[in-house]
Amino acid sequence: MATTFIHPLTGFVEKTFVITEFELRKLRHDFTELVTRALQPALWLLVFGQVFSRSGMMHTGNVPYLDFIAPGILAQSVLFVAIFYGINVIWERDLGIVQKFLASPTPRAALVLGKGFSAGIRTLSQAAVVYALSLLLGVKLDWSPLALLNVFLIVILAATLFSTFSLIIACIVKTRERFMGVGQVLTMPLFFASNAIYPTTIMPGWLKVISHLNPLTYVVDGLRTCMLSGSTSSFGLGIDYAVIIVTTIILVLIGARLYPHLAT
Amino acid sequence: MSDIVLDLQKLTRRFGNFTAVDSLTLSVNAGEVFGLLGSNGAGKTTTIKMLTTLLPPSSGEARVAGFSITDQAVDVRRSIGYVPQAVSVDGSLTGYENLLIFAKLYDLPRGEQQARIREALEFMDLTAEGGRLVSQYSGGMVRRLEIAQSTLHRPRVLFLDEPTVGLDPIARDAVWKHLVDLRANYGTTLFFTTHYLEEAESHCDRIAIMHLGQLDALGTTKELETSLGGGAHTLSEVFVHYAGTALESGGTFRDVSAERATAQRLG
Repeated sequence: MATTFIHPLTGFVEKTFVITEFELRKLRHDFTELVTRALQPALWLLVFGQVFSRSGMMHTGNVPYLDFIAPGILAQSVLFVAIFYGINVIWERDLGIVQKFLASPTPRAALVLGKGFSAGIRTLSQAAVVYALSLLLGVKLDWSPLALLNVFLIVILAATLFSTFSLIIACIVKTRERFMGVGQVLTMPLFFASNAIYPTTIMPGWLKVISHLNPLTYVVDGLRTCMLSGSTSSFGLGIDYAVIIVTTIILVLIGARLYPHLAT
Repeated sequence: MSDIVLDLQKLTRRFGNFTAVDSLTLSVNAGEVFGLLGSNGAGKTTTIKMLTTLLPPSSGEARVAGFSITDQAVDVRRSIGYVPQAVSVDGSLTGYENLLIFAKLYDLPRGEQQARIREALEFMDLTAEGGRLVSQYSGGMVRRLEIAQSTLHRPRVLFLDEPTVGLDPIARDAVWKHLVDLRANYGTTLFFTTHYLEEAESHCDRIAIMHLGQLDALGTTKELETSLGGGAHTLSEVFVHYAGTALESGGTFRDVSAERATAQRLG
């Protein structure tokens, strides 16, 4: 038995990345899901985006509607991929994988956060798809390294946030059928009560309040600020990051408390 | 006196009004092969879940490898290996990758990881299959990989919940051959549950029979066979005497469907 002393924090970070590695190795053997997932943002940008752009119904100020919606669609596809991530956990529970991980000395929060990060890295392919389509549609993108780095970070953090939220739901409902139901119910309100496809300024007052409590709104704002050339943030990039990071930390802590319930 | 690695004192688990494990007291010596028998729903899996720290006890206490399951859970986890009844390796990874992840999770020194994985694959007769995806493995190979994965860190106690469920007799023999070797080479204590009485009879040093959450009988096969009085009885007769017939209990819908799903995946 290995008895070497490992500092808790180093141990936690290491274990988190081992769990991320575990998830990403699966992707290496089968990456068809990355291809099928590319379809959804393509439909939203090419069909929905083009049609509404022509209609001239959306008032997005100086920014053309297609430019406005591109970061929103990226945020949306991050949300859609991440929110159903919890189903994997239920699948792993029906097998004995969750039990085996929980019987190992791995910190619970590392199990949860590691899975979250892997969801984050998986969704980076969606960013590549949205960038390619935006280029095709003539969206004015900001290609500076700092902007790209910010988009990279926001996508990973946002996917970690929503996949951890999804994991919490999985820990509560525990069955695939119930999970799918709850997942469907949550996705659309999160999406529509955000600034992804229309500005919050045209929302009725009550919806505007809800949208300001919705972390997706801050993800979209952060992405819009960094992706588009010459775009300004509604809340400030610092606030966007703060809301995303604090929400993620809270969710990871809740997830770490609930995750062991899957083994019972 | 032998070194005691498992010490259960009035270990109890209740789910609402239902008592799944009722004041279980027993101890297991280092290097012993200990079988926990009982019909479905007798409390065997709940007992293993408490000893592997997956489920907190409602009352009572247990020490595993000298550590308390309630106060020193992480130390317990470092000292044990666990092979759940359901399939616990990932089919979308290779055998090697499944072992690599656990070598890292159990903090095996980086320089030793490769040698330890090679040795584990060799020990379980899986060297040629290490690079193949686990989804292409046979049921017996999956179980052997799971045992390799759970013993990479050389645990003092290995818990196995129905290790041979769903396997054909040849695969079952192969699994047992490796488990026996594991004990012989590393002195690993084996604590397992099974429905197969002949397995318990041929491999266990001692057997405990549980019924409705309680310990009904405990001893070597010989002791149990003579315990009923009136001459020797078969283990099967002893089992029916203590555990009743399977029809009387039978476990929950979830227990039964989990067991069948495992058998289907491995078979």
